[in-house]
This record gives sequence, C-alpha cells and structure tokens, in this order.
Amino acid sequence: MKSRLIALALPMVLALGVAVASAEDAGQIKVSKGSAQIERAGKTLPATVGQVVQQGDVVVTGADGSVGITFRDNSLVSIGPDSALGIDRFVFDSTTHQGNFDASLKQGTLAVVSGKLAKQSPEAMKVKTPAAILGVRGTEFLVRTGPAKD
Amino acid sequence: MSVPAPRKTDPLPKRARYLLWLAPLALSALAGCATRNDLYVLLPGKDGKTGALTVESEGKKQTLDKPYAAARVNRVGSVDGFTSSEAQAKQDFGPALEAQPKRPVSFFLYFLADTDEFAPESKTLVAQIFAEIARRPAPEIVIIGHTDRVGTVVYNDALSLRRAERCRDELIKLGIPKVRISVAGRGEREPEVPTADEVPEPRNRRVEISVR
Repeated sequence: MKSRLIALALPMVLALGVAVASAEDAGQIKVSKGSAQIERAGKTLPATVGQVVQQGDVVVTGADGSVGITFRDNSLVSIGPDSALGIDRFVFDSTTHQGNFDASLKQGTLAVVSGKLAKQSPEAMKVKTPAAILGVRGTEFLVRTGPAKD
Repeated sequence: MSVPAPRKTDPLPKRARYLLWLAPLALSALAGCATRNDLYVLLPGKDGKTGALTVESEGKKQTLDKPYAAARVNRVGSVDGFTSSEAQAKQDFGPALEAQPKRPVSFFLYFLADTDEFAPESKTLVAQIFAEIARRPAPEIVIIGHTDRVGTVVYNDALSLRRAERCRDELIKLGIPKVRISVAGRGEREPEVPTADEVPEPRNRRVEISVR
C-alpha cells in the first residue's frame, strides 16, 4: 500500500517545482490562460500556475487572458480578460483568522469567493474599483469596472 | 541584403500604462459626468448561504443580500439596484468564472485524548488525500490542528500545533514534499461539536487536512 502511494506521489513531486506559499506570500496562482502577468516592484513576471502572489502585486491580463488565485485564507479570486487587479494588502493570522485583505480592480472583471478572513470579521475584506468601494460580508460575488463604451 | 526585422517594442512604457488605468478616475473627477460600465452582482453561496455585499459610490450605497441582487454604477455617485440571473451573470463574467480555482477540500483525522496519536480509523483516509492532491494544479496542503476544550487556550494552541506537525511528518514519510505543506494550530477556537469549557469531546480532537 505504502509503495503504491509513493509511486503516486513521485510524479507529482517531479512535476511541481514551486514551493508552498510562505507566510509572506498572499496566495498562489492555480489557473492561468492566455496573456497574464504579475507586476511586482517595477518588474514583470509571468503569471504561471504555481507562481506566488504577494501584497503589492498587480495581476494583469491581456485580451485572451484569465487568472485564478487561491489565497492563504482560502479566498478564491479570479479575473477575466483585459483586467488589472491590485493586491493592496494581505495579512492573515492562521491561528486567529484575523487580518486584512484589500484588493482593487482597476479595470476588467473579477469573481470572488471570500475566505476565512471575511468569515471571521465582516470588515476584514475590502474591494475597490475606480467608481465604488465594496464591503464584503461573504461570500460569492462578481465585479466589472471600466469606462462605458460608446 | 538582409533587412533587420523591425523590433517589437511595448507601445507604452509601464508608467504610462498605470496612468491609463487612472485616466478614467481623473476624467470623472474633472468632469463629474464620465460614464462607466460598472456592474456588481452577489451570487448564491455554494454552501446554500448567500452573504451580503455593500456597494458604495461617493456616498450612495446599496446593500446586495439576495441571490443575483445586482447594482450598476453608470457614473460615480450613482448606484442603481436590479436583479440579474444565473444566465446573465455567466454571460457578463464567463471567463472570470471559468478561471475560478477549485474549492479547497478538507479531510479530518482524529486523535486520542491529550495525545498526538491517531485514532485507528483515520489511517485509511491517507489514500483519499493523495488522490485529491493528484487532481489539483500546484497543490498545497494546509494542516490545521484542533483540540477539545479540556485545558487552557495556550495549552491547546500548542497541542493543536503538535497534532498538525505530527500529521505533516506522516505525510512527508509517505512522499509529500515538506515544502508543499504548511501547518497551523487553531487550538479550541473552532470545535466541530460546541461544548462548555473543560468538556472532553473526541470529535473535537482532530486535524483538518485542507487540500487546495
């Protein structure tokens, strides 16, 4: 039984070189399609599956792009094409579930399933757009923002 | 006689791209009438519970608290409520919805009182956990220890972490790389069965193995 389990686990180990999120990481990319990047401290990184996302990052997609991220508090956040999402603040205490999650959708579409932070405290998660501020009392919601097309 | 291929350059430097995002804001601040295409929709929760979302634009506020309750913001300072639908939401947000990561799945292992020894029936769960890990892209394993309410909060924080670490060591022995596993101790904060303080409860002496 044990050796069969190891046989199952080994290819997985080889296929996945990227480490689990450390305390400083906010989350990890689980889904990535088309053109997608992370802007971090003036650098552009590819938004590939397994890539970690940190506080301060801006995740940007092109016309054919989409990205799905699982955060450390189990928040699930995904963006569609031509979108830009700033991870302005992410703090999560895994013992008490206290902290803050502030994100800003600058452009495009966003789908959210809120996680342990919003469950612990209704003020813990905030999402803003250029036109509005959202207060999140859980759990699943959608956001689109951008100038009107004439 | 080779002609050098024209170099492909980014049409806008990075700074200018950020300014582009800001442009609609600046315009609306100046003119106060820039039209927007903003849409906010509350979905029913997968667990059957629907939460709530407040949408606020320059002092105007709407609370969305029913499935598919929605709001449009056509200009800053205007929030118009309406009701969307499942089909409409799919049409408006298809690619973002399709990019949602798989939901985390939890498995529970139980412990003998005041120890980090597994209750015997828990060992068979390990194979299921492996199968779930194999199904996911970039899988992470989060091991969360819990206790019953016998003992102090501080003692139980330490005991719950010890239980989580014991589990991690077992999974590492079975071939899961340490680097993919994180541990947390929740102590007695999240009982499966709520009890008064100092009540022994086997169902609360557990470790949650969350695969995401």
